Amino acid sequence: MVLDRLRRANTGRDPKKIPDGLWVKCPSCAKTVFKRLVEERLDTCPECNHHFRMSARKRIAALIDDGTWQEWDADMSSADPLGFVDGKGYPERIAQQQAKTGLKDAVICGGGKLAGHSIGLGVSAFDFNGGSMGSVVGEKLTRLVERCTAARMPVIIVSASGGARMQEGLISLMQMAKTSAALARHAEKRQLFISVLTDPTMAGVMASYASLGDVIVAEPKAMIGFTGARVIQETIKQELPEGFQTSEFLHKYGQIDLIATRQEMKAELARIVSYLHHA
Amino acid sequence: MSNPFDFLEPLVKLEEKITELETLASSTGVDTTREVGSLRETWAGESRRLFAGLTPWQRVMLARHPLRPQSSDYVDHMLDDFVPLAGDRRFGDDEAIITGMGRLGGIPVMLVGQQKGKDVHERKRCNFGMPHPEGYRKAMAKMRVAEKFNLPVIALVNTPGAFPGVEAEERGQSIAIAENIRDMSNLRTPIIVVVIGEGGSGGALGIGVGDRILMLQNSYFSVISPEGCAAILWKDGSKRDLAAERLKLTAGELARFGIVDEAVEEPAGGAHRQPAVMAGLLKDALLKHLRELQALTMDELLERRYRKYRAIGQFIESAGAATAAR
Repeated sequence: MVLDRLRRANTGRDPKKIPDGLWVKCPSCAKTVFKRLVEERLDTCPECNHHFRMSARKRIAALIDDGTWQEWDADMSSADPLGFVDGKGYPERIAQQQAKTGLKDAVICGGGKLAGHSIGLGVSAFDFNGGSMGSVVGEKLTRLVERCTAARMPVIIVSASGGARMQEGLISLMQMAKTSAALARHAEKRQLFISVLTDPTMAGVMASYASLGDVIVAEPKAMIGFTGARVIQETIKQELPEGFQTSEFLHKYGQIDLIATRQEMKAELARIVSYLHHA
Repeated sequence: MSNPFDFLEPLVKLEEKITELETLASSTGVDTTREVGSLRETWAGESRRLFAGLTPWQRVMLARHPLRPQSSDYVDHMLDDFVPLAGDRRFGDDEAIITGMGRLGGIPVMLVGQQKGKDVHERKRCNFGMPHPEGYRKAMAKMRVAEKFNLPVIALVNTPGAFPGVEAEERGQSIAIAENIRDMSNLRTPIIVVVIGEGGSGGALGIGVGDRILMLQNSYFSVISPEGCAAILWKDGSKRDLAAERLKLTAGELARFGIVDEAVEEPAGGAHRQPAVMAGLLKDALLKHLRELQALTMDELLERRYRKYRAIGQFIESAGAATAAR
């Protein structure tokens, strides 16, 4: 899990999110820019094109053709299988996240058209408990994949997650196997899966479905990896190389296919679908 | 620092007494048979009582016991005619995962097992049981051979986690684990997974998908280490015993969740006391499950494996009713 990042997200001091107010300071180029301008260009900096974190709803609007989106399994929310308590109970924590984000859990799934192609789309909500995968995320993604396999439709999943959700224990870990098994069946039917990695995609999510795309696309400068940088540093007691665990790092080491900016993303995905999907 | 195995002290005291009496008998010729016999009975009763009441954290400690039997011990005691196989055919040979063929009660199997190492040198070579990507790829390469030649796979899980290091990330730790999870989900041969010690998160799952999941009584399987969990929740790693309790990571608890198919009993005093007896108990359990799995057609086997994982998860859908996954 990417603890330092998660903690920042939970306390609302996440420098990668757009803060309230008329102006924002870009964490990358340090320039103060007009917030509405940032929002109009899909939450990117007009000066340096830094990609701020984008909400799941906005992401869907940016990818799916107007008026074609239909959400699936919208009312699913977390149970409390372990009776997990850490100061407050897990159900209370979930209720708080729901109130904060207006979402039921950390993923939104549905179907719609992407530049005219019918696709199934899942989008992580990093806002919601660090986008972590418990039963709800695992089940909704598995249903998404199964539905698309049956309908011979491409699946696209846009990830932003710290990993598996601790409060559901081993049940969360097993969602890695459940989603990956569904993707294995999707692949057996020679159906397309495109994985889109955004900031951050780590740990149990990166070590399962997010790494299983026929094509893997990342946004620029996203943090992507297995173990969080802080844990690695504590283990090996060495400075980490410049740009470690960024999209560009993964591209250099042959782990992802291409890096696409948010402005190019929809067209890029449509091109890939046009090559690899046979209806 | 206090001895982490303090809770075993009553047994150790009894053992010392037994040894004393036996030494006395051999040096003086005094007959202590009756006294030794009665002490042994006391020991057995005390051991049963103690092991039935272990806390989850104490089980975690036993799972990490330096003398706990490892994959190599099960190879020695459980398999005949072992042929070790090395390498991932791409980068190297990761000794944190041993792979090879052997006969289990006459049945040829492919064994894939995480290995921590038994002495300083081996521990270093095995990287303390923390595999790199090439370890996961080596495991899959051998499982592919098993699939091709119809050998069942026995996967022995024993890792604190996949190695957290720069080179592991450069070589694609996430991708190696993800691909193993996917490929084990539809590998066309029976797979039995056994957690023999530590089942540390994604690093364990990387060789941990199969038709049956068994766990030794004093092993654990968890999404995060108790220390890691305590550090996040309470900013205090010393609350690991509380974290171990909350995470529900023991064989018994996970069997109640329906994730683990069998909690395999350990010999009195724990697996580390009698590795050969432990291996015998595990061998019996494996043969029983193997017979059940080999009675299925390949399509049935794969459908059941899919359903097994498909059913894991609990959530609430409409009207507030909690549901398990279909």
